[in-house]
Amino acid sequence: MNVKLNRRRFIKGVIASGIAAGTIGHGNAAAGGARPAEAVDRLLSLNINGRTRRVDVLPQETLAHTLRYKLGLTGTKLGCNRGECGACTVLIDDVPHYACSMLTHNARGKTVLTVEGLQQADGTLHPVQQAFVDELAPQCGFCTPGQIMATVGLLRVNPKPTREQARHSLSGNLCRCGAYDHYLNAVMRASGQAT
Amino acid sequence: MSAYDVMPDIELYQPATVEDATELAARLKGKAWLLAGGQDTYGWLKDRAKTTEAMIDLKGIDALKGIREIPGGVEIGALTTLTEITRHPLIGERYSLLREAAAVVASPQIRNMGTLGGNLCQDTRCWYYRRGLSCYRAGGNICYADSPAGMNREHALFGASRCVAVSPSDTATALSALEATMIVTSRRGSREVPVDDFFVGPDVDIVNMTALADDEVLASVRLPDHWANADFHFEKVADRNVWDFALVSIAAALRMRDGRIESARFVCGGVACVPYRLPAVEQAVVGKPRSESTGEQAARLASRGAEPLNHNQFKAPLMENLVRRALRGKA
Repeated sequence: MNVKLNRRRFIKGVIASGIAAGTIGHGNAAAGGARPAEAVDRLLSLNINGRTRRVDVLPQETLAHTLRYKLGLTGTKLGCNRGECGACTVLIDDVPHYACSMLTHNARGKTVLTVEGLQQADGTLHPVQQAFVDELAPQCGFCTPGQIMATVGLLRVNPKPTREQARHSLSGNLCRCGAYDHYLNAVMRASGQAT
Repeated sequence: MSAYDVMPDIELYQPATVEDATELAARLKGKAWLLAGGQDTYGWLKDRAKTTEAMIDLKGIDALKGIREIPGGVEIGALTTLTEITRHPLIGERYSLLREAAAVVASPQIRNMGTLGGNLCQDTRCWYYRRGLSCYRAGGNICYADSPAGMNREHALFGASRCVAVSPSDTATALSALEATMIVTSRRGSREVPVDDFFVGPDVDIVNMTALADDEVLASVRLPDHWANADFHFEKVADRNVWDFALVSIAAALRMRDGRIESARFVCGGVACVPYRLPAVEQAVVGKPRSESTGEQAARLASRGAEPLNHNQFKAPLMENLVRRALRGKA
């Protein structure tokens, strides 16, 4: 692959120049005063996977859209885009949310964790990711990032869930392959309760 | 219906106080959409079935969140999430009926984002209407669901007036049984609306399901002491355990004295445009024990006056069975 200019780098370059342009426009708007009855500013600082990301966001933009198309974090999948499948699940302040069904402007001041933010800097997988691999949990894999994020969210509040609790916590994530039992096996393994 | 990935251009306001929100609601009257968790909103906008110039996002208003004790009961801020309601000790201890209803709304992620106010004020799920067709509720002059070929398995048994859509909210059914009071606020001031007046049928207003005016915000819901720690029964029958809306649900609150029912409220969801009270059942059970035989007698009254459509006759015996189960009590 051409390292100097592949597709991803090109897109990121376009995104960066868009932010610069947004900043100039923002300066003028701010001069008018920031009364509470003003519409929102488009330029946001978001805490995503432990990093502060500056991004130009439309008022009506969903978080899934920002993550995928502005920040290149395509691990967050869009299945239905209507809050009916769970593929876009991310953690907002450690709580699972559908990224397709929240405005990016609602993520301001909160921490966003996507599947990209789970592995360590050296590439070591998060224990939940490793458990999903070890249990061969995914089939086609499209719903897997959402299943993983829902599991991470569950284990943060309940480190040793029963299978029934896990089933309940993952009930907002559809799997078109029907690999539900495999996913539950992985949850049990990730929580140190391998059967 | 065209489906889009993104919403059209809409201005967004994020007020931090109730005053700013009501000010905006008054200024943008008729042009703005009040936004709570947004779980009902975004589908309408993405599908282009409805549109709006602006959204007023209430989620940043801390004064509209939280559950607190007040003289005479408990107050729940309208922006409190459904998850918080299912976990809060005051609700679990005194009004477990509401906890059970909130716990079966949609999916875990939606309950994490979705609010009580949003769940109460959400629009009906009639798919003809959701598809953006010009039906009565959308300002047209036809009901597609109540036509010879209409698919109306999910639609109303009672109170239809041109429109046959039903109330989709599980928490509304529970709050009706708990005799809640809605606190509604606007720049003109605040008013208290009893739950039985808050939800309105198509005979009263065919385009709105609540008594909220354009510039009004549902601020909180008050639950009266009268029904705290009563005997409760909540049950929701739906095609799927997750995401789905009730075909029929029942919320019952029973005040017992010396082993007999002193007073009761029975409410069904999914059978009318509003949470549907069952006054005949409520009267019939007073003075009787909570038992199988009381259930047998009262159940027959549950569906009296039902006007089934082509595909929803099953809801009448379902209502009767739910009343029977509510009176049977915990095994």
